[in-house]
Amino acid sequence: MTTTLRGRSKVLLLAASLLAGKAAAARVPQEFAVAQGEPGAAGGRLIVALRSEPKTLNPLFSIDATTREVIGAMQADLVHINRETQKTEPALAKSWSVSEGGRKYVLKLRRGLHFSDGSPFTADDVIFSFSLYLDEKLHSPQRDLLLIDDKPITVRKIDAYTVEFDLKKPYGPGERVFDGLAMMPSHMLQKPYQEGKLAQMWGTATEPGQIAGLGAFQLKEYVPGQRLVLQRNPHFWRKDARGAPLPYLEELIFLFVQNEDAQVIKFQAGETHLLERAGADNFGSLQRDAKARNQCLSDLGPGLESVFLLFNMNQLDATKSAAIAAKQAWFRDLRFRQAVSLAVDRKAMARLAYGGRATPIWGNVTPGNKLWLNANLSHPQDSVDEAKKLLQSAGYSWNSDGALLDPQKRPVTFTILVSATSAQRSKMAAIAQDDLKRLGMDVQVVPMEFRALVDRVLNTREYEVVLMNLVSSDVDPTPEMNLWLSSGETHLWDLGEAKPATPWEAEIDRLMQSQNTTSDPAARKKLYDRVQEVVAQNIPLVYLLSPNILVGAQASVGNFRPAILEPYVLWNVDQLFLRPAGSGKCP
Amino acid sequence: MITRRRTLIFLAMLASVHVAAIVPGFFAPYDYGTQNRDLPFAPPSHLHLVDASGHFHVRPFVYRWVSRADASDGYREDRSQPYPVHFLVNGSGYKILGRWNASVHLFGVEPPGQFLLFGSDDLGRDQFSRMLYGGRISLLAGLLATGAAIAVGGVLGLLSGYYGNLVDTLIMRLVELFLALPWLYLLFAVRAVLPLQIKTTDTFLLLVCVVGLLGWARPARLVRGIVLSAKKRNFVVAARAMGASDLHILRWHILPQTYRVILTLAALLVPQFVLAEVTLSFLGLGVGEPIPSWGNLLAQLQRYKVLTSYWWMYLPAAGLVFLFLTYHWVSAKMQERFSVSAL
Repeated sequence: MTTTLRGRSKVLLLAASLLAGKAAAARVPQEFAVAQGEPGAAGGRLIVALRSEPKTLNPLFSIDATTREVIGAMQADLVHINRETQKTEPALAKSWSVSEGGRKYVLKLRRGLHFSDGSPFTADDVIFSFSLYLDEKLHSPQRDLLLIDDKPITVRKIDAYTVEFDLKKPYGPGERVFDGLAMMPSHMLQKPYQEGKLAQMWGTATEPGQIAGLGAFQLKEYVPGQRLVLQRNPHFWRKDARGAPLPYLEELIFLFVQNEDAQVIKFQAGETHLLERAGADNFGSLQRDAKARNQCLSDLGPGLESVFLLFNMNQLDATKSAAIAAKQAWFRDLRFRQAVSLAVDRKAMARLAYGGRATPIWGNVTPGNKLWLNANLSHPQDSVDEAKKLLQSAGYSWNSDGALLDPQKRPVTFTILVSATSAQRSKMAAIAQDDLKRLGMDVQVVPMEFRALVDRVLNTREYEVVLMNLVSSDVDPTPEMNLWLSSGETHLWDLGEAKPATPWEAEIDRLMQSQNTTSDPAARKKLYDRVQEVVAQNIPLVYLLSPNILVGAQASVGNFRPAILEPYVLWNVDQLFLRPAGSGKCP
Repeated sequence: MITRRRTLIFLAMLASVHVAAIVPGFFAPYDYGTQNRDLPFAPPSHLHLVDASGHFHVRPFVYRWVSRADASDGYREDRSQPYPVHFLVNGSGYKILGRWNASVHLFGVEPPGQFLLFGSDDLGRDQFSRMLYGGRISLLAGLLATGAAIAVGGVLGLLSGYYGNLVDTLIMRLVELFLALPWLYLLFAVRAVLPLQIKTTDTFLLLVCVVGLLGWARPARLVRGIVLSAKKRNFVVAARAMGASDLHILRWHILPQTYRVILTLAALLVPQFVLAEVTLSFLGLGVGEPIPSWGNLLAQLQRYKVLTSYWWMYLPAAGLVFLFLTYHWVSAKMQERFSVSAL
């Protein structure tokens, strides 16, 4: 009996404190952001197909595009890059000021904001989130972006709604640094963090009530292998021009459809509302009857995606991976990589694999990034003869059957791994295989499930050559630091270098660091131009092409304004709305 | 008489498919891997007898396909130059049974003309040549796996039926276990643990052997049934009474009783194992690019555009249907002739 009473009084106390908390929060007027766009109607569920499942729902550990996209709908950042204008705009921070020549940023947070679980958002959450991103032990891929000249930035709370960032040095991209860094609830994650369990938090198996964010949507249901359902976050902090709360949609459903064709069929049949990326041949067939089906399709031109050949130059355990280690002498030889680059027919790849809706590239900056592309960079003409001369000068020879032999007279044979779910990249691999045969290289193409492939590249490093793609999240070079710095978490060809393995990697390190701490745009451009030059000369990755961004939406989707920055169609998901079936026209 | 002639026709057709698969290089006008990057998804060449100016030609000829200027996805015939079809022409080199070099092809046209009997695939490779070379892999898979299944199943069935008791119980329980195994998933698992460096053809042969070895259960059960009835027959009892050894009785008196059943069963198993190869390659787990097999030729149909736009990509499926029907017909005839009702 006593136990019951005690229990009851606890419940009463808890209720009283909750009410008091709510009353306190209600006293702070909410400072909403106003979104520009066509005012829409509330309600409805929007269905989008995703090519793979998110690997985690934890913003600290998101690397791949799918994961970022899902997290992007559930979380929010302090300052956001508008995907359409490519400029920054206030998000959780309503304004900011810069002082000391671009070194210090003071951000004013919106007042009265709440996480999706109803708890208030204050400067403490900002301080907490940055302490997570910066914690070396957590190995967050975002950490590299917050190191300026190898020194971590520091954050200081001025009051409950003001924070000051000391960047230690003037920072090139300025407030762009805050884009994509989700602000996480300290009340939820503080304890697991102290117990060292943060890496296990917010995985894909987490219960919906255990995740809270400041994004437009919150987790409702996750069915592995099938779908992820998000529901409207009633505490979201943006309104439309009329003052109606955003997001308009009641639910956002991600279906896991690994195969692009299946995605296209679903879109064509009207089972999904948006088509995120279509392949060129599918785009062609969709275009034919788009009008009749009332679907809007757009070709946005080359984006920020690049497809390349990655050679395994990692420091491998020679006893465990002897077969791969034996081939690394070839991959580390610049002339070998140059020969491969000269022999592959990029134009044929663009034409046959992408129906001409792609652009051949020789360097790391795609033509879609007009602001940063080094236009003075020339590239050698494709030539099998030149490639053969290069191999010969590196000590390679050919036997009577025309097979290429390395300086130790071993036949040159290797496998190219490619994601089995990408018909285009599989076709590119088949073309590369045929092109390299002309050099006498015996190449096998091995299709593999996408996640198994990423796991081989980032974790086990059990691969020889991979044909894969990377998509930049921004036009600015700084988010690429992860890839280019020799210590970067995604320095793909040689992960985890203690110090730069080659002089040119050391130079790239220097240049990238220095563009990162220069605030003069012209000087930054000059530095990044040089990075492009070094990359073109040393070919750490054999760049092949940049596909055009081809997207589509049912005409009933309002505010459909695709952009070349990821997520192409969902960047304004809070503003998307559904018109009654049959109404709506393509622009 | 009519049935006999029909049987001969079917057998002749079956034989010709196998001969074509043994020396695909002779029947195929082109190499299976030669890419013609200007001709992706070109339709089958049209055979003509009358040229653009109305002249009649005794020898059939073809025109070249050229891309239409107005559409990226379409071809027209370039009627300026006819390319007559010749027989026994010299072309790209190939090997007969992997040993002897040759370069004579059954038919072909002078380059730069192309004779695409079944059109071309996404990289402009001749679909007819790829289909013939594909038959080499697919039929080999069918025959090898059948051989493995019958060898293992036959021996175990003989032992099980002849010795009975514990041996029989053990082997028959094993049979039940193998019949219940989901072989496709087992193959996925085998494929996943193979190291990358194994050549795709070796991987393929390995998988085929696994398929064959997994398929021993049915033949074993069948052979056991025959042995059970044969071992009680008088000539076997007599042989045993005269002091013949088990090995002698099995080899000379019982095994010959199973030949007819095994032959009939083989005719049923071959298409079944060809289908297993097709399934594996269709799922991307068979031989890798650029080596064709009927499975990976059909795998292109997984792409929506190919499925809806290029009818000639279905031709390998037609070939498969033809092969399966022929095998089934032959097996039915054998069953009739040998009056095997156990099947």
